[in-house]
Amino acid sequence: MTNLVEIRGLTVEATTDSGRWIQILKGIDLDIAAGETVAFIGESGSGKTTAAMTLLGYARPGCRISGGTVTVDGHDMVTLPEKDRAALRGTTVAYVPQSAAAAFNPASTIMEQVIEVTRIHRLMPPDEARRRAVALFRALSLPNPDSIGDRYPHQVSGGQLQRLAAAMALIGDPKVVIFDEPTTALDVTTQVEVLRAFKAVTAQHRIACVYVSHDLAVVAQIADRIMVLRNGAVQETGSVHDILTRPTHPYTQELLHAFHPDTGGREVRPVADSGAPLLEINTLSAGYGPPQSNGQPLVLAVKGVSLQVKRGTNLGIIGESGCGKSTLARAIAGILPACKGDIQFNGKELWHSARQRSHDQLRDLQIVFQHADTALNPAKSIEDILGRPLTFYHGLRGKARDARVDALLDMVRLPRALRHRRPAELSGGQKQRVNFARALAAEPKLILCDEITSALDTVVAAAVIDLLKELQRELGLSYVFISHDLSVIEAICDEIVVMYRGQTVETIIPADRQPPQHPYSKLLFSSVPKLDPTWLDTLNIDADRMRVA
Amino acid sequence: MKTNSSTGSLAAWSGYRINLVGLTAFSVVLFWALVALFAPYITPHSVGEMIDLDYFGPMRPGLWLGSDYLGRDMLSRIIYGARYTVGISLAAVSIACFTGVVLGMTSAVLRGPVDMVVSRILDAMNSIPSKLFGLMVVAAVGSSIPVLILTLSVIYVPGAYRFSRALAINIDTMDFIMVARIRGERLPYLIASEILPNIIGPVLADLGLRFVFIVLLLSGLSFLGLGVQPPYADWGALVRENIGGLPFAAPAVIVPSLAIATLTISVNLLIDNLPQKIRDRSAS
Repeated sequence: MTNLVEIRGLTVEATTDSGRWIQILKGIDLDIAAGETVAFIGESGSGKTTAAMTLLGYARPGCRISGGTVTVDGHDMVTLPEKDRAALRGTTVAYVPQSAAAAFNPASTIMEQVIEVTRIHRLMPPDEARRRAVALFRALSLPNPDSIGDRYPHQVSGGQLQRLAAAMALIGDPKVVIFDEPTTALDVTTQVEVLRAFKAVTAQHRIACVYVSHDLAVVAQIADRIMVLRNGAVQETGSVHDILTRPTHPYTQELLHAFHPDTGGREVRPVADSGAPLLEINTLSAGYGPPQSNGQPLVLAVKGVSLQVKRGTNLGIIGESGCGKSTLARAIAGILPACKGDIQFNGKELWHSARQRSHDQLRDLQIVFQHADTALNPAKSIEDILGRPLTFYHGLRGKARDARVDALLDMVRLPRALRHRRPAELSGGQKQRVNFARALAAEPKLILCDEITSALDTVVAAAVIDLLKELQRELGLSYVFISHDLSVIEAICDEIVVMYRGQTVETIIPADRQPPQHPYSKLLFSSVPKLDPTWLDTLNIDADRMRVA
Repeated sequence: MKTNSSTGSLAAWSGYRINLVGLTAFSVVLFWALVALFAPYITPHSVGEMIDLDYFGPMRPGLWLGSDYLGRDMLSRIIYGARYTVGISLAAVSIACFTGVVLGMTSAVLRGPVDMVVSRILDAMNSIPSKLFGLMVVAAVGSSIPVLILTLSVIYVPGAYRFSRALAINIDTMDFIMVARIRGERLPYLIASEILPNIIGPVLADLGLRFVFIVLLLSGLSFLGLGVQPPYADWGALVRENIGGLPFAAPAVIVPSLAIATLTISVNLLIDNLPQKIRDRSAS
């Protein structure tokens, strides 16, 4: 027995609605040595999480491990009875979920949940478990390690919760830990802290890791080897260095290419009517909660922001979660009426509330939401979803409407046959395209894009960005692009506004290639992971200190 | 959970998974619906005609379900009773659910003062015990079929309202409603086109459940003599007028009770086992 984990010819099957079994993992072979970190990378639906779960001897409901062996520390997880598997989970193999916020029980304290593993497996007395947990909190560089365990999950931040979830996994002293996209939901600045903590702790305890992700740059920082999956089959396995410098498989090359978005190919147009900007907002404030005595809402999320968008150009708004960038978009769209300031659009002053705006103003200014899953009505066909704005704004019916729906589907590069499907029958990227096509159907002048690529895989997101650029050339649109992903914003925007705590701190014009000046912008720009595997170790910032300042 | 008792060929043919229990329940419901529809053509005797010399007669050829307390043919009376029970309940449940669901979705979309006022008024109505309310109305204006239908629907509006409002509020927080709102859509489109298709499943289930409640309440009122008035009789009234046959184990008292039971249980089973659409992309 040389390797800690040995996977041989692993196949997993899933049942369909009509009871057929289809193979979703098609023969996977993998070895992991003690202390080694292997990353599973691939788009959603590639089977990377399913493959990682088999190390726990677990297949999701409706799935079954149909063949092969998964040997973890000498135990075959496939043939082991469920009772023995349960005994290994938490002590030999542990799992860190993607969304720690959903994995914690909001009704009990963090410490109770972290030491639960030791209680279930009777590993150590509670007092010792608590001491161990505190030591882990310290090792994971959590603030106030002695007292953070007494808090409830909603009292700590997302990045902290993710590290606490890791502490929960590590307390049983496992030999293998599975990290399932643990930083996907985090901001780049938080991601850096979390990655560092993971890397330090797993190296210290010589724990073998399986790191599931779709972000090649993150994986480059933490993994020793990379396994690239697609459609349930291994495309390529190799050391980080090999994969990054000499990718042999086309899909791997595509992944790498998606990481270097094409910033060229978009001529910097001389702005024709440099006179009146399309959108101009002045000292706009917006917030939530009941109005206070000074007329402002209880929590002010956007504080006196001014910016403008010229016709045919794109503005990027970037910042960490909670900086007020989405609130700003909602205030511009009139969903959340601003409490102060004014919005000029297309030469006219806009009402703060969408209800008071005219039909044409609503049509000219469209917003595309982040989650296509919730932004598309699951009960309606794609045809109905795209057809409604056509009927509503342009009075199209019957054949004319059908023709226009086809044209819209062509525009966003979707097959026309999709028009009869429902949103649930489309992939994430397809849904986002439909979501975008609906905004196009109105024939707007400006589209507010609220994090529209953040729920998508790198490759799919790059394709969507390319599409947006192309449509802009054809239709002369303007975008306001809101994101926390700098590479996306840089690829498409003529001007970038950095937001921090509800205010704009800096405006950057990518074409000028000037380094950011404001300390927060610097932190933000330097936190974007680079493909260089040494990037994390050489990175010289202290995000925590920055945040306190 | 759900056993795979679907009939294979039928499922493949229709694209729906049909449950055996659901199919059976549907047959029973369909049976009663047909009986109610074609009552005048299938009754062997006139409803009011006294044809048996004895009262509470047993089942025998020609008098398949025995005779009632006046010697009338029980089979004919059950067949006609189905008309009243099914008809009145169906009318009442339709009015109750339509009103409740429309009000519920409207409140969920408009929120604010409208929601507040409608919710409080319907909460107040909900606090009146249903049988007492029925007794009061019938005592005040007398019993007739339109009064019965209206009373039963008013009693069940608040429940339908609460249920649909809770469902609609969940849907209302979704982004697609926000998209429709800032498109400038008005209330009728929002509730009919965006919200209703997403809650129609549970709403239909609720409709079935409420139908059962109404059948039982109507039978209860008739049993108390406040429902359908003689010479006509629904199933509840049939139980009441033949209650004297209980010591003789007369079919006249058992059969209408069984009729109520089969209808309500079948409706219940049917809504729990509605056909499910099979969504399998790769299968042609």
